[in-house]
This record gives sequence, C-alpha cells and structure tokens, in this order.
Amino acid sequence: MKKTFKLIDLDCANCAAKMENAIRKIDGVNAASVSFMTQKMTVDADDARFDDIMKQVVKACKKVEPDCEIVL
Amino acid sequence: MTRKQKKMLWRILIAAALFIIAVLIPDQIYPADRWVIDFTGQWTPPADWLKTSYTAYMWGPLKLLSFLIPYLVIGWDVLWKAARNIAYGQVFDENFLMCVATIGALAIGEFPEAVAVMLFYQVGELFQSVAVSRSRQSISALMDIRPDYANVERDGQLVQVDPEEVAVGDMIVVKAGERVPLDGVVLEGSSALDTAALTGESLPRDVAAGDEVISGCVNLSGLLHVKVSKPFGESTVTRILDLVENSSEKKAQAEHFITKFARYYTPAVVFAALALAVIPSLADGRWDTWVPRALNFLVVSCPCALVISIPLSFFGGIGGASRQGILVKGSNYLEALAQAGVVVFDKTGTLTQGRFSVTAVHPQDMAESELLELAALAEQFSSHPISRSIVAAWGGVPEQERAVNVEEIAGHGVRAVIDGRHVLAGNRKLMDRENIPVASDHDHPGTVIHVAADGRYAGHLVIADRPKETSAQALRELKAAGVRRTVMLTGDTQGAAQAVAGELGLDQFYAQLLPADKVDRVEALLAEKNPREKLVFVGDGINDAPVLSRADIGVAMGALGSDAAIEAADIVLMDDDLLKLPAAVRIARKTLSIVRQNVVFALGVKLLVLVLSALGLANMWAAVFADVGVSVLAILNASRMLKVK
Repeated sequence: MKKTFKLIDLDCANCAAKMENAIRKIDGVNAASVSFMTQKMTVDADDARFDDIMKQVVKACKKVEPDCEIVL
Repeated sequence: MTRKQKKMLWRILIAAALFIIAVLIPDQIYPADRWVIDFTGQWTPPADWLKTSYTAYMWGPLKLLSFLIPYLVIGWDVLWKAARNIAYGQVFDENFLMCVATIGALAIGEFPEAVAVMLFYQVGELFQSVAVSRSRQSISALMDIRPDYANVERDGQLVQVDPEEVAVGDMIVVKAGERVPLDGVVLEGSSALDTAALTGESLPRDVAAGDEVISGCVNLSGLLHVKVSKPFGESTVTRILDLVENSSEKKAQAEHFITKFARYYTPAVVFAALALAVIPSLADGRWDTWVPRALNFLVVSCPCALVISIPLSFFGGIGGASRQGILVKGSNYLEALAQAGVVVFDKTGTLTQGRFSVTAVHPQDMAESELLELAALAEQFSSHPISRSIVAAWGGVPEQERAVNVEEIAGHGVRAVIDGRHVLAGNRKLMDRENIPVASDHDHPGTVIHVAADGRYAGHLVIADRPKETSAQALRELKAAGVRRTVMLTGDTQGAAQAVAGELGLDQFYAQLLPADKVDRVEALLAEKNPREKLVFVGDGINDAPVLSRADIGVAMGALGSDAAIEAADIVLMDDDLLKLPAAVRIARKTLSIVRQNVVFALGVKLLVLVLSALGLANMWAAVFADVGVSVLAILNASRMLKVK
C-alpha cells in the first residue's frame, strides 16, 4: 500500500534526505520518499503491518528532525 | 511568513538589540570619582584602578554575561537541538557544528564574534526559510488548478459541495468565471473555456451541448450544465497534480550526486578542522592561532546550500514547464532532456495534422472550383477520410439530388451522374479501366484522385496529410536549442514520407515501418548515437507506447483528455502544438545551467573560504557567509527558473 502524508515544519532539505534514508531502512518499507519541495512524504509498505510501520516511521523522523510533524 | 518565521524574526531583533548594547558597554570601566586630570588637561583614570576597584575586578565576567544574554536569546534552540541530536546519534549536523564554532569563539575570548556568528547564522536561516517557502508557494500557485467546489443541484437549489463528493452521473452547474471541477459532458448551455492552466494555450475553446469538458479549465462566458463522467480522484486535474507533485520523487543525477556528496563532505571538513586545530599547534604550540581557524572550517561544513538549491531549481523548472502545458514526470527527465541530441518523431499526428486535406487542384479545361464541385458531389456519399476531405475542400453543402446513379467501384473510385454529366472520380486504375487518357502522370506525395467528365479527362486532386503549421518552426528551434539530429519514422509510403521530411527539413526519415519496426529503428538509433546525448521520441502516445518507453525520453503530445498518453510518456505536451517541445528543451537547459552554476558557486565559495581560513585570511564572518549567504544566493538563483519563458 502506498500512502502520502503531509509534513509540517520540515525545515531543511538535508533533513528530508536523511529522513528518507532512515525510513527506507525500516523493515517492511518497500519505498519511501520525502519531498522537501511539496512538504510531503510517500511511504509504500506492507499492507498488513502498515500502521505498525508508520509508528516506526514517525519515530525515525522524530530522531532526524524533532520539530517536523507528520499529519497522519 | 509563517508563525514560526515571525517568532524567529522577533528573536533576531531582540538579540540584535541586546548585542548592540553589549558592544556599546566599554571594555573597561573607570570609576568616575577617582579620575584625575593629567598634565595634558584630559580626564584619565588612575593607572592602578584595576587593582583597587571591586567593580573593575568583576568586569571580565560581566562583559561575558552581557554577550551571553543575546547569545542565548538567539542560539538556545541551536544548542538544544545539537544536544538532542547528539543523544540521537546525529553528530555531524549543522546545529552541532555551529555550537562548537561559537562556544569555541566564546572560550577564546572572542565574545562579539560568537554572538555575531550565531546571529548571522539565524538571520540566514530565516531568510533561507522565507525564500524557500516563497518559491515553493509561487511554484504551487503556478500549478494551482485544483477546483475548490462544485455546484450541485439538490432539492431544487444549487449548493456548493466538495468535488470529491460528486458521483459519476451527477449533474453539476459551472457558472461563468468558475473552474470546471470535474470531467464531464455538457448537457446544456454553451461557452468558451480557458484551457491555459492545462495547455498553456491562450485561445479559448468553444464548447456546446454534447462536448466533453475537462476539469481545470475556466468557464469564461456562459452557464454550463455538465454531466460528470469521472470521479474526482480520476479527473484530469487530479491526475495532473499528482503527476507534478510526484515528479520530485524521480530524482535527477545531480540530486543524487549532491546527497551523496553531502554525506562525505561534512565529516571530511570536520576531520580537516580537527587536524588543523591539533597538528600545527602541536608543532608550534600556537593554539590561539590554529583553533580559531579550525572553527571557521566547522561553520563552512554544512552542505545546505547545495542540498536545498538543486531540488528547488528542478522543481522550479518542472513548475515553469507545467504552466506552459508541458508536464515533466520527474527531475531525471528534465535533466535528460537538457542533453537531447537526437529527436525522433512519429509522422502522422505529430509532425502532420493526422487528417487528410486537399493540397492541390489541377483542372484540365475547367475552373478549379468546378473540378472540386464535381469530385465532391460524386464523393459525397462516402464516409472515407479522402472523400470527406474533398467535400471539406469544396466547402459547399452536399446536395444529394444533384447526383444520381452513384456507383462505388471497389478499389477504383466512384461513378455518378451529376447534373446530367457522367462523372468518374478515382485512382489511375479507374481511368485506365474506362480508357480515359491521363494527360500526364504526376508523381505527387499523397493520394491522387483523377476526375473525368463525359468521357474526357478533367483533372486531378492531390490529397495529403499536411504538416502542422508550427512543425517546421519547431524543428528549426530544436536545432537552435542544440539538437544535433532529427529523424522521422512513419508507416506511410516512401513518397509521402519524403515530401514531409523535405518540406520540414528533417535530417533523416524511415518510411513503411510496421509498429514493431519502429522499436527496432529506435534501438538502432540508440546504439549509434553519442553515448553522452539522449534520444527523445515524440509521438501521439496512442499506439506508440513501446517506442515511448524504449527511448531515453518519451514525449506524448495532444494528451489533454488522453489517459493512455499521460500514462505512457515521460514528458507530456498537453496540446498538439509541436513548438512546446523546443520550449521544454530550453527550460531543461536553463534548469541544468542554474543547477551547474549553483554547484560551482557554492562549492567554489566554500572551498575558497576553507583555504583562506586555513591560511588565517578569512574570519568567522566570511565563514558564515560561505554557509548561509551562499545558500540564500543559490535559492535566489534557483527561483529565476520561475520566470523562464
């Protein structure tokens, strides 16, 4: 399943790249992209564990850029 | 400005005021009651005041405090983020580097520098944030074709609802000045639609009952009642917006390069700083010289200017292109298009109009109009495209009663009696069969229809698929934009292909190709082209999907309303004007040149400051400029992309 989320206060492009890398490393994530330009994040992950994976995604993003909020 | 940015602005102003106060506090204090007049008549403090005055004794720490206040006001969040990120294991981030640099400056007694650097850094960050969000907004505004509401009739009253709530088959009302919210068919009313937001075409399109309308167009004049044919999620406007928004996912090589570069650049500079601080100091013992120089390195070590400005340039290019009705599906395609060296065209519908028209009338012993009329009246009952084109060229209203005894002769043409005259219209074989001598055998590109009246040859018409009016100009502009070679592929006959290729000035053409041959041809062209240049294939996207995907860049044109074309291509020209192709190439070249300028400029300045710092010729101000100032300049440079025509 592929889903797009809005990001609030994503302030730096380098952080976006770091977030993207961190999300890709999460088990069950097939593809991920964080767009600094559109302030959006697209996550493609296993259907069955999607909610669980999203929790890890939020955690990973918080690590990189604590100010950035993911609108779930 | 967002709330966060406004808050930052206030913090900067307050910190700047406190900083100025701190600077104005004199370096030494002179207790007034103990001043004496010296022999030159001036008031001077006594030479021993420092030793005796308690206030003076405390002056050093007070001075530090007066700078520490603005430093904390402006930099507390940077310190906090640095501490937090270290806890998370993110050591080499810019917050940490700024902290080390400024705390280092405080430690070696350069209080004003520490505060100024932090202040300047935050000003730059704010400026950068504002500039980025501004350009982001203006790009988004370019692509803002999303309708806000749809007018639906409920219980006899018009109500505004979210377009997403409208179901297929519902009737919506579009008033003058409103945006068409959903794709559909006009049931009632007529109007002119402004399609500029979708196609870049400024000429309005007229619609009436029965016509299809496409979401995203603006209704200019009349009231339209439209029956919705697609849900909002599948409507043209949603598809286009999805496409453009997702385009930044497909990253260009330049972007990959920068991300990779950033990963090594920062640690490399940090270790260089460490080396610069320690190694020479151990040698000559002058820590106070080398440590400040090393601190400069840390300030310059953030790769932000590059990481921001490059995607921004691409995004600006894609946004600017979409405003002109050119949809680019990814930064990588824009990058590839800038290297376009070979452009391969499909003929029918791409270079030509894709429909037949009469291109020449050669009568013999009668007026042109008479020949056309005879042919048209004879052919008026046929639905064949060639017959249609003759009737269209004649321009009169078909009158069925004027033609009697109409007989179609399969593979030859038609025989009829028109106004009492026996008329034959058809190919050469028909003339031969009826033993009518043809005066001269013309070798015309296209289809020749011979006409005979009462057993005598009356002349012939030439029917061909004409090139589009803009094709020749588009090909010239492509050459001017740096395309080396233009090639045409067609399933048409050698003669027809040669005529079009000659007229438009194509470098090369291949005729009589089956669809599978086109793929082979493109493969061959791919193999023989220069490896550094890219091959572009331009087609109408309807039955050339395999070729579109085989080429480096597949361009589909005339795609408005054609989902298949939007799906198959990498770059989509919304209408069928070929001039959009050179425009796209120009936008791509411009984007790439801005990207290159930014990379060279940002790296150049950083490198220069690194070298000057190592030599002790650059201070921390220069270093902050190299970091934040360069970012801002790069962003401003990238925002030029919005104005490209």
